[in-house]
Amino acid sequence: MSMKATIRQVDSVVVVDISGRITLGEGCTQLRELIRDQLAKGNKRILLNLADVSYIDSSGIGELVSAYTAVSNQGGQLKLLNLTKKVHDLLQITKLYTVFDIHDDEAKAISSFQKA
Amino acid sequence: MTSEPSVVEVTLESDLKNLEVAEEIVRRVAETAGFGEESEHQIEMAVHESMINAIWHGNKNDSSKRVWLRFEIYKDRLEIHIRDQGIGFDIDEVPDPCSENNLLKVSGRGIFLIRTFMDEFRVKRLPGSGTEVIMVKRIEPAQQSK
Repeated sequence: MSMKATIRQVDSVVVVDISGRITLGEGCTQLRELIRDQLAKGNKRILLNLADVSYIDSSGIGELVSAYTAVSNQGGQLKLLNLTKKVHDLLQITKLYTVFDIHDDEAKAISSFQKA
Repeated sequence: MTSEPSVVEVTLESDLKNLEVAEEIVRRVAETAGFGEESEHQIEMAVHESMINAIWHGNKNDSSKRVWLRFEIYKDRLEIHIRDQGIGFDIDEVPDPCSENNLLKVSGRGIFLIRTFMDEFRVKRLPGSGTEVIMVKRIEPAQQSK
């Protein structure tokens, strides 16, 4: 199963509901293009909802880091929502858990974005 | 320890589309060996990352090349051999992705994850014929009874 992403706007935040696999190849490319498109549109507050991500590999983790860096470099914020246990464990093992701002409640995540 | 293992061998075209094929095989092998769900996922990830290394780095994404997988199920462990046709790499030169300088790098976490998830990880250069990685996951008695 490849990656699928649905984009919705909640207040000033773009919420991306991701499902499937974020792995080397199609999944990573899709995520990269999605972030690039949102930044090009001036959307710099992005919340990635990973609740339905079934599989993420080292390339997928790298893509999350790349997205985080790209958004931060443009003065924006990228946060993560609803990690599965597998993704949570991987971010802990790779010491990235402290890099990302991670939430398990969407409303609180939305309100945590700083107003410009 | 010395009894004959149960063996599964597969030869795959060196193409990323075969990643999911390898994952399906390793899932079944791990299940047969008696691993629990978490260990199964760890083994699957280790094989996934090794396959990427073999296809992408070893065989340079050349689909005319091959990747060989061999699973040996012993009573106390699963031993996995993955061989490509590349020139190999020095395991000691792989940087630590968790160090402060590397934390925000996009790549370089594959070998780290394999080492984390498996009990043993070795790389063997086979002069003239490629590189083989050998990974071992021990089967704990509690897992066997599962």
